[in-house]
Amino acid sequence: MEPVLKVQALHKHFNVRAGLFRTKQFNAVSDVSFCLGKGETLAVIGETGSGKSTLGKILAGADNSSSGQILLNGQIIEDDGGRVENTKDIRLIFQDPMKSLNPSTPIGSILNEILILNTELDSQARREKINQTLLNVGLLAEHRNYYAHMFSGGQIQRVALARAIILDPKVLVLDEALSSLDPSVRAQTVNLLLRLQRETGLSYILITNHLSLVKHMSDSLLLLHKGEVVEYGETHEVFNSPQTKLAERMLAC
Amino acid sequence: MAKFKLFTEDSNKSPLRHLWRNFKSNHLALLGLWIFLFLTVLAILAPLIAPYGINEQHNNSLILPPSWDDQGSVNFLLGTDGLGRDLLSRLMNGATTTFGLAIVTALLTTLFGVILGIMAALSKGWRSSVLNHLLDVTLAIPSLLLAIIIVAILGPGLMNTVWAIILSLLPQYIHSIRNIVSQEMSKDYVIAHRLDGASKWRILGKGILPNIYEQIVLIFTMSLSTAILDIAALGFLQLGAQPPTAEWGAILAENLSLIYLAPWTVALPGFLLFITILSTNLVGDGLRQALQKRKAS
Repeated sequence: MEPVLKVQALHKHFNVRAGLFRTKQFNAVSDVSFCLGKGETLAVIGETGSGKSTLGKILAGADNSSSGQILLNGQIIEDDGGRVENTKDIRLIFQDPMKSLNPSTPIGSILNEILILNTELDSQARREKINQTLLNVGLLAEHRNYYAHMFSGGQIQRVALARAIILDPKVLVLDEALSSLDPSVRAQTVNLLLRLQRETGLSYILITNHLSLVKHMSDSLLLLHKGEVVEYGETHEVFNSPQTKLAERMLAC
Repeated sequence: MAKFKLFTEDSNKSPLRHLWRNFKSNHLALLGLWIFLFLTVLAILAPLIAPYGINEQHNNSLILPPSWDDQGSVNFLLGTDGLGRDLLSRLMNGATTTFGLAIVTALLTTLFGVILGIMAALSKGWRSSVLNHLLDVTLAIPSLLLAIIIVAILGPGLMNTVWAIILSLLPQYIHSIRNIVSQEMSKDYVIAHRLDGASKWRILGKGILPNIYEQIVLIFTMSLSTAILDIAALGFLQLGAQPPTAEWGAILAENLSLIYLAPWTVALPGFLLFITILSTNLVGDGLRQALQKRKAS
């Protein structure tokens, strides 16, 4: 099957000041390659500073890579740091959903703004699309008039999800999006994500440290260490027979 | 579809309503707001409703005490000054000159300050650092001193005072706006907005400005009280409004020689200045507290 997302030899380095005039290269992500099929989930795990958040940012377009390619449905969307204007198909869900929503605008307007910027729909169609998306994530159409501060923790996560899926993307990048939730809300959100995946064939990139979540949700697993891929394979295989000492230690619990 | 009806609670209102609710609960600030509004209306209508002209002299009633005094006359409610001019009319017109002009000054400062501050926040690298350090130098000088220096260069006069005050208030203004905007710029919702495909100006207009205009109003009230004080102080020092003009500071200076003979001619403009600045500061303080309370909730 043709993969939805294909990443080839992705590099990202930052220039760090070392001393007065010298700068040193710091490799945040080096030589990362993977494939992601339609309706599949890839979990990216790794300790702090392993480059998993940087990888998520690059994929979503919030940051540029230094070299390497990203292909979406066989089309190159990022080549050696130059990105094709494409914000519709890969969407990012932030770690803190509350912070990713403008506090002074009702969420209906936030969603409307996204549609104005990315689609040609008229106002009637936009309204319908917003209502339908809100219902789809388990909210009510009336919530369009609510401000971000009026939602509870679980609801705000749904709003963030509505914000991401309103453009019918192909890939969602969840950057620690589930870590800050309490267990019951997390379970709800996970079930919602899995339902959406079944219904629409969304692919997820799950950046997390939560191993049980990885086991529950993901089809394949990518273990990063200092920006490099240590393990890459199907989740249960990696869990059952880790190839490296590091993976053994990290997946042991 | 949901079968139940949703009622929006009174507390489930926009951030602006929240702010107003917090502001309302502070009675002193509300009182300040009423006085502020009254003064604004007075400043607009004073030339129309003042009983006498500002330079109209009544030669047979010089230094008349206020009407509640035994020797006072009801024709001159707050008495007359040494040249037989009605003090009430002069003070009412003083609201236009001192308070009205201060509002215009503060508004102009806001306009320039917001534009320059946003430009400073959006610029990067050496340009922003040059601007910053240049402004830091001017921040070290008190605004009144800076205004006096500028007036000394431009020459005395009311309009020159306005320009001097605008120029002396601008550095602080640009600094605050720059800080506020760059603080907002680093927040997640701005990144999210950018990922949605919004341009820099759209992010600014739709994303950032709705979140910071309350803080701009707060800075406006603070610069307004400085502007009132500076206009009055420069008028008092004979550097701003020149004597026949009815400006509270100038009226004070003019009547200073009569302070033993006719204390009301000095006390009344002083009292008005006190009330005006107090009300402006009360509004500003109330606004700041309400903003803090909303942020905490």
